[in-house]
Parts: sequence; structure tokens; C-alpha cells
Amino acid sequence: MATQVFKLPESLKGDVKYSFCPGCDHGVAVRLIAEVLDELGIRENTILAASIGCSVTIYDYINVDSLEAPHGRAMAEATGIKRARPDKIVFTYQGDGDFASIGLAESMHAALRGENLTAICINNTTYGMTGGQLGPTTLLGQVTTTSPTGRNVDYYGYPIKIAEHIALCDGTAFSARVSLDTVANIKKAKQAIKKAFEVQIHGLGLGFVEILSTCPTNWKMSPDKAHERVRNEMMPVFKPGIYKDKTN
Amino acid sequence: MVECLTNKKVLTKGNYAIANAAVIAGCQCYFGYPITPQSEIGEFMSGKMQELKRGYVSAESELAAINMTIGAVSTGVKAMTSSSSCAVALMQEGLSYATTDELPVVLVSVMRGGPGLGNIYPSQGDYFQATKGGGNGDYKLIVLAPSTVQECVDLTYKAFYLAQKYRNPTVLLADGLLGQMMEPVEFYDYPYPEIDNSGWALTGAKGRDGRIIRSYGPLADDRCVFLEKLYEKYRKIEENETEWEEINTGDADIILTSFGSTSRNVKTAMKISREKGIKAGFFRPVTLYPFPNKRLKELSKTVKKIVTVEVNMGQMVNDVKLAVNGACPVELIHKGVGAPPSAKEIVKKVEELI
Repeated sequence: MATQVFKLPESLKGDVKYSFCPGCDHGVAVRLIAEVLDELGIRENTILAASIGCSVTIYDYINVDSLEAPHGRAMAEATGIKRARPDKIVFTYQGDGDFASIGLAESMHAALRGENLTAICINNTTYGMTGGQLGPTTLLGQVTTTSPTGRNVDYYGYPIKIAEHIALCDGTAFSARVSLDTVANIKKAKQAIKKAFEVQIHGLGLGFVEILSTCPTNWKMSPDKAHERVRNEMMPVFKPGIYKDKTN
Repeated sequence: MVECLTNKKVLTKGNYAIANAAVIAGCQCYFGYPITPQSEIGEFMSGKMQELKRGYVSAESELAAINMTIGAVSTGVKAMTSSSSCAVALMQEGLSYATTDELPVVLVSVMRGGPGLGNIYPSQGDYFQATKGGGNGDYKLIVLAPSTVQECVDLTYKAFYLAQKYRNPTVLLADGLLGQMMEPVEFYDYPYPEIDNSGWALTGAKGRDGRIIRSYGPLADDRCVFLEKLYEKYRKIEENETEWEEINTGDADIILTSFGSTSRNVKTAMKISREKGIKAGFFRPVTLYPFPNKRLKELSKTVKKIVTVEVNMGQMVNDVKLAVNGACPVELIHKGVGAPPSAKEIVKKVEELI
């Protein structure tokens, strides 16, 4: 007898064409969020504040009410949604540039206020949609279209460790960094995303997950090589782990 | 702090009047960052909204405040932010988004001197900022200009109503003089019908597919269709909501036009001019967008001259000229910043212009 072992999450729209590049981890991240919404049974009570960058297209795939925030302002718009409708589950889905460069003030202050929100941040060390420029998480030495000889401290300063900074804010209930480079790590990532929603449901404060992700197109790498880069170059600097968990 | 949640006449500042009217109008969330001369609005709201268990955030910036307001109104509730001149400048991005998102944001803009940090004197220097916008793209904000503290109440109610009715950001454009001035005012119940937002608001996709409120249009053709639709809405607003006050215009040789707090001295100047035998009339746009073009055009055919009086370097005068379109001369009496010119000063200049 046939048993169904794999299906499309109900929180995803079925018949849409994804615009992510081949090998990009965004698709996996979006699916994990959809699976978590299904498992927690909250799709019909959830509102998304979308951001600007490749991450914005999430609202084309995920079947929840969505508001498109200007670049960097997703945490402010999410705050407004939550204060107006405290009974709703509100989350943001942002890139590192949106969350930690142009939107750093909004992100940090939402964490400091202990907003009951969930924020998912994709860290791929570059501005993907605009063609691979240097971003707040670009690694030292990394070549981008605006760091043609590699990121050096003199001109560009240092990359930001987002999960650690967010963990330092007293209003943060959960802060973790995860990766999508192996099946085992994808499972851990899903657990972290689920926790980041659960702390919101229980009113404990901000739930935050930074997801180390690939950008094969702008890194000019095959999907496999891109995951190797996540392991060999990103993980030593951006160490995966749980940096804060108020439920422990 | 004044307590003015009553139906009797009270003496209060414009800023408190606006804040209290917003509470009565059913404003569920307030987001703001302090700036003189409107800080009393945020101070009043911080206590009142918590007392009523409504939403309040001391936002980290005006950027955050306008976007929090956008977030709140996207769920169908009434919400507002307030600020002044150089800080309203920081909100222009959000206002542009809110027009194309078709969201009923209410912004109270209490003007101070500019440009740059400017000063904290009263000013009307942000007529352009409010009516022409500093955000990107083709859009309009509905702009209401009170001239008394009582009108601060009346037009705050109206700002919430028009924002909801047309799903368009609406600005109450006051100034430091109105914000800080005390006058007797009467509060009354919100006089407008409640608008049903259930057809578009983000409330969680219960029993339906998710809704998306967005301004990103991947296809140029889509944007054209959308912009045409948006401008159809603006034409309706122009047809239905244009509001002005006019006195003694029927037999006038010269019409004095002015908006906001400055118009009070102008009204007095018109009366003094009449006593002196000058056939003066008074015309005050209450809505700065939609601007009363048609009525000014009609009047321009029967008068010899229109004089615009403003506390800025000459901003509304441009719209008066456009409305009149050369049918009669349009002159400007102005003062860059500070308290409006006195009625006597205005009359003296009118006599020179006659």
C-alpha cells in the first residue's frame, strides 16, 4: 500500500513559479517556515512583514497575509501590526542588508522593546538582488562588486555578527544562527525557526533566527561549492548555535 | 497635561486638542518621536493610550514611527503619527509607500521654521512638503489645514474619516502657533460613519488565501493601470472633498487668500480694508489638497487682483497662480518665518497693492 511521505506544506501556494536562482537557500528557508506554520497550526492567524531584496518574493510563495515594508523597515511595520493586533502571529523575513544595515535601528529597537515578533534573517554575505555588492556581513577578504580586491578593514570595517548582537538585547527571548548546508543542519534550522515562533506565541519577546545561506549566482559558484563555502569560510566566523533561549 | 475627555467647552492647546480628538475618533495606535513644537501630542498619547489599553510606541525614529503607523493601519485599525518639518522629511518614503499601498495613514504635521534644522518658530514653510510631497513617484496626500484650535479638533476627525474613506494617507497640517496656542474648544463624538475595512485589511488569512499589500509592480504595464486607477481616485477626492471658506467675495475688487493660522489676521485685514472703503474679500482653502482651483478660477474673473498671504517665501501662491491661470494678477504678501504678519501690516501692504 502506498504511503505519502512528502507533501507540499499547506502554508505554501501550490502552483507558483519560484524566482530564486538555482542552488539558492532561500527556497529551503521559505519551505521550513511554511512547515513550521503548518505544524503550529497558525497559518490563518499569521501576518508577514516582507522586506526588500530577494527575500521580498516570499509573499508570492507563502499563503499568509503580507505587508511589503520599505527597505529596512520590516521590524517597524511588524511592530505596528502587532501593537494593533496583539492576538496575531507576526513575522518578518529579511536579508542581512535589510535587517542589519539599513534596518539595524529598527531591528535592534524591536529587540530592545521585547516586541513579541519572530524575525528570520538570511545571511548570504552580499546584496543578492542588486548584483552582489558588499553588505554588512561580507567577510574580510571577500571579493564583491564593490570590494573588487576583497573586504579590507581600512575601507570597509568589520562584518556584523547579527545573532550575537540580537542576543545581547534584553527583550530578545530566542536568538540562534543556523545553516542549511546539510540535511542535519536543515533539521536544526527548522527546530530553531519553530522555537522563534513559539516564544512569540508564549509572549516571551523577540524570536530571532539568522540563517547562513548561499548565493551561488553572485558568489559565482556551483550549489555544492557554495555550501562548501558556507562550511569553510562562513561558519568559522559566523558560528552556528543558540545564543539566547529564555525558555531554558 | 490637560484632561479634556468631556463634551463641555475647555481651554486647551492645539496639540492637546489634536491628540484628544484622535483618541475620540477611535485612533487605536499612536507612534511618535519627540520634536518641538508638537511634543505634547506624544506626551498626551503616551498616557492616554496606555490608560485605554490601546497601542503606543515611543519610536526610535520618525522612519520607524511612520512605518509602525503603516503596519497598524494595514490591519484595518485607525492609527496615527505626528511630527514636525525636518522630521516629517524623514517620513516621506513611508508616505509614498502608503499612497501606493492605499493605506489610511494619518499624519499630524505641526510646522516649524526651515529649511534644515531651521528654528522652532511658527511657519508655513511645509506647504510644498505636504501638498507636493518629498517621496518618490506620482502621488497625492489629502491635506487639511486648521486655522483655530477648534478646527484642530474638527479636522482631526475629518482626517481619520477621509483617510479611511479613500484609503489614502491624510495630513493635518498645523503649525507651531496652533500647536502651542490655547483657545476654548468643544469636543464631541466622532461625527463620521465607520468605514468597513474587512475587504482588504490584513487580519490573518482565516478561511481564505493570503492578501498582499505591496507597491512592487514587476510589469511596467501593471503600474500604468495602477497609476491611472490611483489618479481616478484623486479626481473623485477633488470632486467631493474640496473645502474652503469665503467671505465678502461677491462684490470684491481684491481677494485676500491665506491658509492656516495666518488666515486669521488676513480675515481681520479684510474687515479693516472694508472699513477703509476697499472692496476686499477673504478666501481660505481648508483642504490644501484637493485645492479649491475651480472656485478661485471663477472668482478670478470678477476681481481685479488676488493677494496671497503666507508665512514662508511664497508657496501656496504658486497654486493660486495655477488656478487663476493668468485671468487676474496674483500678488504675494509674506514673511519668511515666525508669527504671522499683523492685520495692520497686511492692510498697509494691501493699500500699496491697490
